Amino acid sequence: MDMTDSSQLAAAENSGRRRFGDIILDLQNISLSFGGVKALTDISFNVREHEIRSIIGPNGAGKSSMLNVINGVYYPQEGKVFYRGAERARMEPYMAARQGIARTFQNLALFKGMSVLDNIMTGRNLQMRSNIFLQALRIGPAQREELAHREQVERIIDFLEIQAYRKTPVGQLPYGLQKRVDLGRALALEPQMLLLDEPMAGMNVEEKQDMCRFILDVNDEFGTTIVLIEHDMGVVMDISDRVVVLDYGKKIGDGAPEEVRNNEDVISAYLGTKH
Amino acid sequence: MVDSQAAAPALEPGLDTFPRYLMHHAKLRPQHPAMREKEYGIWQSYSWAEVAENVCAIAAGLAELGFRRGDRLAIVGDNRPRLYWSIMACQCLGGIPVMMYQDAVAQEMTYVLQDAEVRFAVVEDQEQVDKMLEIAGETPLMERIIYEDQRGMRHYNDAQLLSLESLQTKGRLRLQSQPDFVDGEIAKGAFDDISVMLYTSGTTGKPKGVCQTHEAFITSARGAIQFDRLSEREDILSYLPMAWVGDHLFSFAQATVAGFTINCPESGETVMNDLREIGPTYYFAPPRVFENLLTQVMIRMEDAGALKRRLFSHFLEVAKGCGADILEGRPVPAMQRLQYWLGSLLIYGPLKNVLGMNRIRVAYTAGAAIGPELFLFYRSIGINLKQLYGQTETCAYVCLQPDGQIKLDSVGKPGPYVEVKIADNGEVLVKGPMLLKSYYKRPDATAEALNADGYFMTGDAGYFDEDGHLKIIDRAKDVGKTADGSMFAPNFLENKLKFFQHIKEAVTFGNGREFATAFINIDLEAVGNWAEKKGIPYSGYTDLASRDEVYGLIRECVEEVNADLAADPKMSGAQIRHFLILHKELDADDGELTRTRKVRRNFIADKYAVLIDAMFAGKARQFIETQVAYEDGRVGKVSADLRIDEARTFPAGASRQAA
Repeated sequence: MDMTDSSQLAAAENSGRRRFGDIILDLQNISLSFGGVKALTDISFNVREHEIRSIIGPNGAGKSSMLNVINGVYYPQEGKVFYRGAERARMEPYMAARQGIARTFQNLALFKGMSVLDNIMTGRNLQMRSNIFLQALRIGPAQREELAHREQVERIIDFLEIQAYRKTPVGQLPYGLQKRVDLGRALALEPQMLLLDEPMAGMNVEEKQDMCRFILDVNDEFGTTIVLIEHDMGVVMDISDRVVVLDYGKKIGDGAPEEVRNNEDVISAYLGTKH
Repeated sequence: MVDSQAAAPALEPGLDTFPRYLMHHAKLRPQHPAMREKEYGIWQSYSWAEVAENVCAIAAGLAELGFRRGDRLAIVGDNRPRLYWSIMACQCLGGIPVMMYQDAVAQEMTYVLQDAEVRFAVVEDQEQVDKMLEIAGETPLMERIIYEDQRGMRHYNDAQLLSLESLQTKGRLRLQSQPDFVDGEIAKGAFDDISVMLYTSGTTGKPKGVCQTHEAFITSARGAIQFDRLSEREDILSYLPMAWVGDHLFSFAQATVAGFTINCPESGETVMNDLREIGPTYYFAPPRVFENLLTQVMIRMEDAGALKRRLFSHFLEVAKGCGADILEGRPVPAMQRLQYWLGSLLIYGPLKNVLGMNRIRVAYTAGAAIGPELFLFYRSIGINLKQLYGQTETCAYVCLQPDGQIKLDSVGKPGPYVEVKIADNGEVLVKGPMLLKSYYKRPDATAEALNADGYFMTGDAGYFDEDGHLKIIDRAKDVGKTADGSMFAPNFLENKLKFFQHIKEAVTFGNGREFATAFINIDLEAVGNWAEKKGIPYSGYTDLASRDEVYGLIRECVEEVNADLAADPKMSGAQIRHFLILHKELDADDGELTRTRKVRRNFIADKYAVLIDAMFAGKARQFIETQVAYEDGRVGKVSADLRIDEARTFPAGASRQAA
């Protein structure tokens, strides 16, 4: 699929064929600082169920901090986070995973020496019920459980078209494929919300197109809500339903890609001058 | 020359169409695996009974949509069981499957869809659906597009589209009220109905639809099954395009007739892995696949430890010495036999296992000339690799190499039921039930291809050697004669030259002359490596090509070819006496090669006429100035003073050793 196709697709979906649900995540007046450094200042926006929501901004704008707030890694000094209607208290990141939030990382965090299959399998850990001893011995319920999880993992491998690398150690794969494995591991969690931290960084055009297609497919096939951070404006505008723009920790724009593209503040933040 | 091997009649009574074979296997061996496909990491099997049930459901579903006898059904996609079922379903209804290349771009598909007046198509996935929809405006006859893979199809609401699954549901519903519907349709079929349309690649003019009957492909399949004693226990990996006649014969026709198992790989990228897991007993690949495999093995061996490398090269030498003889059952001294046995244990066995070839009983290659060293390598490690020769119009093969009678330069003997004769002008003529019925809607082309006596004119020049093996020399229209009446076959000579790794391209001349001459393009990489090892400095192609040492290297190659030619009484007069190494690489941008990298001999002959004249005049040097087109479209001039070298020629009948 080329870029024009994906943009047409996104446009078609924006025209109302896809149903967006209720607000699933609501961020109200978030401020976050590290010592004297203000990373985020009074930021509010929300995410609706089933949408693709992007956070963009120049370097150091606070995008990753924002994602880490959503993920529960950082707890904001001010402001409130509502997830599924409930206000979120201070929590550990693994609790976010339990709540159905999965993420990928800007600087991949895969087990380089392990195979693609095993890496994605680690994403299923949270769903495994049998204890570690049974798992180690592969007996009884542990084996049945492993088979079921393996099947799920195989579906993800099929979905991401990485069958040829199933048994290949991740460290030997090219970067674009590693990113795909990272996405696969996040998908293994069967998340309701997927956070993607610069999924296209460092990719060539073809790899970017592939990744776009997978993101759209995940959103479409599984109805997963997607929040993504991205540098590449073209990509973001093509696949997002709504975009938030940050600059120096402040929100300077929010809305559909077209609105954001024409927003004066956004233009000056990106180009440095007003036109 | 009529072949007498045809012992059994061409068709078995009651089994004269493919749907009848399908039902026959479903009754005779219902639980035997008919097809396997790797999906979700596991080989999923479908027994003959399951295949028959699914085929009936598709057939009934198609009939529900209004598919009638004689209608064409386009089939586009990678090798998938469901697409093979669709072929069968179409045949059950007396329809004609039109096989199309899955990697063709939409515009290329338009012609075939229009030419075959296709109303229904079964395609693999979203990618193919997109192509079909893209050209919908130019294919107004198209009524329904049925897709196999649902992925990404959720938002398509074009009324033409239907999933194969819902088609089958429709069909099953119909079969509930009319359970013998499909049997009734199968009963209407006849052996001389058209069973499939395969489009020729169309290197000359528009592609033509070759119409083959059930009888043609069944006879062809039965012939090859007898020839190689195949049974229902074979396993084959189906990975070559379904639209190619080879796949239709090897995977579809032979499997359906013999009842053996088709295995479909998981994806194009996993073929090598899948090959290892399945370990086919029967295998087909074009030469480049065998070449790539060998290259991979050699590269990996370079990285192996010193001991392994020495073992490997030692036992490869052993295999070279006696492997082929052992395979063909010729006497071999006990000491060598012991060595070979040891080699099997340590090297050949594990190597074949890695290649996925340890169960292979019969392997074929065709489609292009295979280098003798490559061919012998596989045979020497115990893989029964053979060559065949044929066309789409003859159901894939005419001649096959019989076990134990392998000659490098022949394509074997005519298969069962095939009659081959050589016309007065040297052209190979073929007759038999496996010939095409016609080209679709092209009576002119049909009349051109079949002569008055019903022989198919292959356009290839060849002859039978003393053992009755067919040797194919060249395209008939290219073959000429030298002044002394020897046959001059430029492609044949050029192929022989190109088998040397140092020669990338060769163009030979000699029609009507006293001897032959050749232009050579060296392979920059191979010769460059060789030069580095020898410590010969060079700055680029032109420099390297003009070096005396390189001329020496190429002269040896040319002389080896000459020695081979001398041994062949028909061609001994066409030895290459003068040759030169061109100062530039032949290039498609300059019009010297076609886009598929075939040399355009006449164009080159015009452009370099000075050089050719100089070679035939026996000059030692010749100056030439030619235009070159750069990649950005600019045109420049290169000039060179080229050296013309002389190669030894050998008296007719001299054997290689004597040379």
